Amino acid sequence: MSTWLSILIAFPVMAGVAWVFRFAGRSATSNKPFFRDMPFGVAFGYVVAAVAILLAFKIYFVDQVLFFRWAMQGLIIFTVSAFLFRLLGRLVGTAGSRKLFRSMPLTAAFGVMIVLAYAILAIFAPVFAPYGEEQVFAAANTLPGSDPATGGDPAHLLGTDQIGRDLMSRLIYGARNTVGIAFATTCLAFFIGGSLGFLAATIGGWLDQVLSRAVDVLMAIPALIFALLLMTIASAWSVKLGIPLTIFMILIIAIIDSTRVYRLARAVGVNIVVMDYIEAAKLRGEGLTYLIFREILPNATAPLLAEFGLRFCFVFLTIASLSFLGVGIQPPLADWGTMVRDLAQFINFAQFSPLTAALPILAAGAIALLTVAVNFIVDWMLQKSSGLKE
Amino acid sequence: MGSVTRIILQRLALGLLTLFIVSIVIFIAVNLLPGDFAEAILGQGATPEAVASIREGLGLDKPPITRYFDWLGGAIQGDLGSSFAQANFASFTGSDAASGTTVAEQIAPRFKNTLFLAGVTAAIAVPVSIFLGVLAALYRNSIFDRATNILTLSSISSPDFFLAYVLILFLSVLNPLLPSLSNIYDGMDFSERLVKSLLPALTLTLAVTAQMMRMTRAAIINLLASPYIEMARLKGISPMRVIVTHALPNALAPIITVIALNLAYLITGVVVVEVVFVYPGIGQLFVDSVKIRDIPVVQACCLIFAAAYILLNLSADVLSILSNPRLRHPK
Amino acid sequence: MSELLLKVRDLMIEGRSDETWNPIINGCSFDLNKGEVLGMIGESGAGKSTVGLAAMGFTRDGCRISGGTVEFDGIDLVNASAAVKRGLLGKRIAYVAQSAAASFNPAHRLIDQHTEGPVQHGVMPREESQEDAMELYRRLRLPNPEEIGFRYPHQVSGGQLQRAMTAMAMACRPDLIIFDEPTTALDVTTQIEVLASIRDIVEQFNTAAIYITHDLAVVAQMADKIKVLLKGDEVEEADTRTMLSDPQEEYTKSLWAVRSFQRPTKPAVPADAVPVVSVKNVSAAYGKVPVLFDVSFDIHAGRTVAVVGESGSGKSTAARCITGLLPPTSGVIEFDGEPIPADYRSRTKMQLRQAQMIYQMADTALNPRKTIGEIIGRPVQFYMGLTGSAKRKRVDELLNEIELEPSQYFHRLPSELSGGQKQRVGIARALAAEPKFIICDEVTSALDQLVAEGILKLLAKLQDELGLSYMFITHDLATVRSIADEVVVMKDGRVVEAGPKKEMFTPPHHAYTDLLLSSVPEMDPDWLTNLLDARGVDNIGDAAVGKM
Repeated sequence: MSTWLSILIAFPVMAGVAWVFRFAGRSATSNKPFFRDMPFGVAFGYVVAAVAILLAFKIYFVDQVLFFRWAMQGLIIFTVSAFLFRLLGRLVGTAGSRKLFRSMPLTAAFGVMIVLAYAILAIFAPVFAPYGEEQVFAAANTLPGSDPATGGDPAHLLGTDQIGRDLMSRLIYGARNTVGIAFATTCLAFFIGGSLGFLAATIGGWLDQVLSRAVDVLMAIPALIFALLLMTIASAWSVKLGIPLTIFMILIIAIIDSTRVYRLARAVGVNIVVMDYIEAAKLRGEGLTYLIFREILPNATAPLLAEFGLRFCFVFLTIASLSFLGVGIQPPLADWGTMVRDLAQFINFAQFSPLTAALPILAAGAIALLTVAVNFIVDWMLQKSSGLKE
Repeated sequence: MGSVTRIILQRLALGLLTLFIVSIVIFIAVNLLPGDFAEAILGQGATPEAVASIREGLGLDKPPITRYFDWLGGAIQGDLGSSFAQANFASFTGSDAASGTTVAEQIAPRFKNTLFLAGVTAAIAVPVSIFLGVLAALYRNSIFDRATNILTLSSISSPDFFLAYVLILFLSVLNPLLPSLSNIYDGMDFSERLVKSLLPALTLTLAVTAQMMRMTRAAIINLLASPYIEMARLKGISPMRVIVTHALPNALAPIITVIALNLAYLITGVVVVEVVFVYPGIGQLFVDSVKIRDIPVVQACCLIFAAAYILLNLSADVLSILSNPRLRHPK
Repeated sequence: MSELLLKVRDLMIEGRSDETWNPIINGCSFDLNKGEVLGMIGESGAGKSTVGLAAMGFTRDGCRISGGTVEFDGIDLVNASAAVKRGLLGKRIAYVAQSAAASFNPAHRLIDQHTEGPVQHGVMPREESQEDAMELYRRLRLPNPEEIGFRYPHQVSGGQLQRAMTAMAMACRPDLIIFDEPTTALDVTTQIEVLASIRDIVEQFNTAAIYITHDLAVVAQMADKIKVLLKGDEVEEADTRTMLSDPQEEYTKSLWAVRSFQRPTKPAVPADAVPVVSVKNVSAAYGKVPVLFDVSFDIHAGRTVAVVGESGSGKSTAARCITGLLPPTSGVIEFDGEPIPADYRSRTKMQLRQAQMIYQMADTALNPRKTIGEIIGRPVQFYMGLTGSAKRKRVDELLNEIELEPSQYFHRLPSELSGGQKQRVGIARALAAEPKFIICDEVTSALDQLVAEGILKLLAKLQDELGLSYMFITHDLATVRSIADEVVVMKDGRVVEAGPKKEMFTPPHHAYTDLLLSSVPEMDPDWLTNLLDARGVDNIGDAAVGKM
C-alpha cells in the first residue's frame, strides 16, 4: 500500500514544484512570452515528464532491473540504427528515393528498416537459420544461453523446445511462415474486396446494394469471433478432406477481411466517381474497363496502399491470435503465435533465469515489432497525404 | 421531435434485422459441418446407437428450418440448448442427454465475469483516454503529442498477449504486485475480485485506451479547426470555455462513437486476454468449446458476442443522433 | 473624427509549410482612424485575411507574426499577453467571418452566442444583452427580430445569418470590426440586403472597419479608403474616389480594366436558320423532385447563349439534360434539328463528340494522375483515331491554341498548373473532340478576375476562329455582359425571360430580371446609395421577408 500512498503524496508535491518552476521562469526571463503565457497544466506536465525521466534513470542505474535495461538498450539500438539507416537512404540511391528519405520522420525510417529486415529474414530463412525448422535433436528442453552450467547447450543459442527442436531456427522460420501467410492472406483479401468494391462504386445500382448489405451483415459479427467459429467448422472439414487447416485459415481470414477492404475501396471509389473528370470520360463514351483501370485506380493507389498496411497488421495479429489460441497455423510449421503459447509458462522463471523468461516475450515481441513498424510507415503515409490540414 | 423518434426507430429495426440475419448466418455456418453434429462429436468409432441417441436427443433428425426456429425461439427465451460436451458425457454414462447442463447455465456465470472485466476496463480506460485525447489535441505537434503518438501506435500494433506478458513480467513476476492468474469464483468479495481481475483489465485498458485516445484526438482536432471555434476565440472567450461550451457539445457524437466502437472491440479482445490470464469468462469458454467442437456452446457464444457488438454500435448510432442539434431542432 | 485607432507598421507574417517558415506578408503598413472604413482588396492568395486577422493580434495555426507592429489604441498587440488580447477581442475588436453558416456554433441558439461576448467581458448582463440583440436585429432589418434569435443556426437562411453575425460583432459596441468577405458566399440579390445593413450599422455606431473582399464594386460601396494587396505585398493605398478614378500602379489599373471587356454585337440570326442545339419543352426531375419545368431555348451556330440565374434556378440541370446525364421526363433535345436520344449511353460517338463540356472546378475536371498530354491526347485518339506522332502533333496544336507552350506543358501534371492554366487545359480537351457546341458551366467563377478575363477572351477568340456555339452558364451578370449574344434568365426551374443581350440589358425587363440586374454592384461609389433611394429601404425589408 505504501506505493500507492507515495503516488498520492507525489501529486501535490509535483503541483507545488510546477508552480515554483513557472514562477522562477517568469522572474528569471523577465516575463518572456514562453513563461508568461504558460498555463499551469503545461508547467505541471514538464514536472511530470522530468520525474518520469528521473525514475527511468533510477530503475536503469540504481535498481538495475535487467528487463528494463534490455528494453532501454533495445530502444537505443533501434533508434540509432534507424537514424543511420535514414542517413544512408539520404546519401545513396536514386534522386527520388533520396528525396523520400529526406522527408521521412525517424519513426517511418525505423518502420522501413524493420520491414526490410523481416523481408530479408523471411526470404533467406534457410541461410540464417542454423538448423531446419522441423529438425529434432536429442537434447530437448535445453535452456538458452549456450552455457552447459545453466542448462544450456552451445549448439543451440536459444535452447530447444520440449521435443528437441532448435528455437533459434524456429524463430527465424517463423518469420517466413507467419509473415508469408499473413501477406498472402492480405493480398487475397485485397483482390476480393478491392475488385468488388470498385465494381460496386462504378456500376452502382442493385449490385452495390446487394454487396453492401451483405458486407454490413458480415461486419456485424466481430472478426476474431467469426474466424474462430469458421475455424471450428473448417477443422472438421480439414480432417475429412485431408486439406491442411492452414489453407482454410487463409481463405477464412481473407474473406472476413475482404469485407473491410470492400468498404474502403467502395468509399474511395465513390469519391472518385463523382469527380468531373469521370463524368467527362463517361460523356466521351469510354467503357467500364477504361474507367476503372485508367481513371479511378490511379487515383486510389495512395489510400489503398495505406489500407494495405493496416489490413496486413490486422490479418497478421488475427493469425497470431488464432495460433496463440491453438486454432491457427498448425504444427509442424514454425509460427510465432504458437511459440508464444508453448513458451508462455517460462515467464515465471524471470527471477532465476531471465533468458528463459525472455523467450515468450521475444516471440511475441517479434510479432509486435513488425506491426509497429508497418503502422509507423502507414501513419507517415497518411500524414503525408492529408497534407497540411493540421 | 417526430423525425428523431422516427430515425431512432428505424435504426432499432435495422439493428434487430441485422441480428436476425446474423443468427441465420451463424446457423448456416454451423450446419456446414461435414456429416452432422452427432458424428462430428463422437468421432468415427462411435456406435450407431450412440449416434442415433444423440441425434434424437438434440433434435438433429428434424429439417434445418424447423431446427433454426427451434433454436432461435429457445434463444429468445434464454434456452440455448444443451452442451455437446455434456451430451457426449451423458451418452457414455447412459443417462438422459437432456438432463445434462444446459448451455445457458454454463454461459450465465461466465458472461457475468466477462461483463465485470469489461466494466472495470471501461471504468479505467474511458476517462483516461478522453482526458489524454483532449490534451494531445490541445497541445498537438508538441513533444507530448509526438511521444503519445508513438506510444499509442505501438500499443495498438502489439498483439494483446504481448502486452499481457509484459505486464505479467513487470507487475507480477519481477514485482509481485498483482496476481497473474485470475481464478475468480462466485462468492468472492468485491475488492479481492477487483485485485484478481486488475491485470487482465490493465492489459485491455492498454489496448483500448490507445485506440480511443487517438480517435478522440482526431475528433477534437477536426472540431478545433472549424470556423465556429475560431469565431469563439476571436470573441475573446477563454480557452477553457471554448472547449467546454463550444467544442464539447459538438464533440459528443464523435466521442460517443469512439467509446462504443472500442467497447465493441473489448468484446473481441477479451477472448485472448481471458485465455492468457485463465480468467473464467465467456471468451475462455468460447475458445475451449471451439477446440472440442462443442457446437451449441460455440453457436450461443457467437450469438452473444454478435448481439453485444450490434447493440453497442446501435447505441452509438442512437446517441450521436440524439446529440445532433440539427436533428433535435428541425426547421 | 481623425483620431488614430489602429496603426500597423511593416507587418511581416510567415507560414509554415514543409518544415520551413515562408513569408506570406512582406511588410504591410496602414493607419485606421476611428469610424473609418478601410477596404482591403486583392486576388486569392494576396494575404488579405491574414492581414485582417493580424490586425486583431491573431494568427491562424501554422502562421506567425515575424516582424512589424500592430498597435490598437496604443496597445501593442504583437507583444501583448494572451490575457490582454482576450480582453480586447470581441469587446473592442470584433470579427465577421466569410461563412456565417460555418462560423455559428450549431449547438447553441443565435441569441445565446450573441450574449456570450457581452456577458463574458462583463459589458452588460444577459437580459440587457438579449434586449440589445433584438434591437440590433431590428436595425439590421432581420425579419421577426424578437423571435429569430431563439433559433438555431441551421434554421436560418444564409443572408440572415450573415446579418445576425454582424449583430453579434456589434454586441459589445466595438471600436473596430473586421469584415472578412462577408457577402462572397451569397447570391447577388441577398448580397445587397447584407451590404446595405452592414453599411448602415457601421455608420450609426461610428465603428471603424476593415472590409476585406476581392470584389471591387463591393468595396467601392463600403470603404472610405482602399488598400490593394498582391501576393503579400502592398500595391497602393488611396481614398476610394481617387483610387477608382485615378489608380497609380499597373496592377491596379489592370484590375480596374477587367470590367470593360465587351464583344461587338453580332447581326441577328436569320429566321430560317436551324439551331445547333434546341431544347424543346424540357421538364426534368431528380428522383421524384421536379426541378425543371417546360424549358425551351435555341442555340445557333457561332453564338453564345448565357443562361443566368441564382443558385438552385436549374441552369446546371438544363445542361445535364442536354448532355444526357439526366434524361428529361418530357420534351426533346435536338442537335441540328434532329432529335437525339435522351440518355448519353444511347448516343452515338458522333453525337457525343458534337457537344463538349467545360467545368467550373478545373481541379476536379482534370484527372490529377494524368499528364496534360494524356488528358488532351485521349479524345484526340478516341474520336479522331490519331496515334503516335500524329496525335502528338495535334495535341501540340491544341496547346498552342490555348496559349500554353507545348514543350513546356506536355509532360506536366495538373497539380503543377495554376487555376487559369488548368481551365485552359479543360478547354483544350473539349476542343480536341472538334465539337460544334460547348457547354461552359460557371467556367470563370472559381477564378480571379484577371485570370477569368483571359479565359473569356480565349473563348471569344476560339469562337471567332472555329465558329463554335457556347451555352454559358453563369450567375455573374458582368460575365454575361462581356461575352453573351443572347441571354436566358432562369428562376426556380423556369425560363423567366429570354432574348438578345441588347434587349435584356435595356428596360423594360421582367420584374425578376430587373431585380437581378439592379443588384449587381457597380464601380460607382454612390451606386448603393442611389439604388437604395430608388428602391426605398422598405423594399429591401420586403425582399428579405420574401426570401424566408
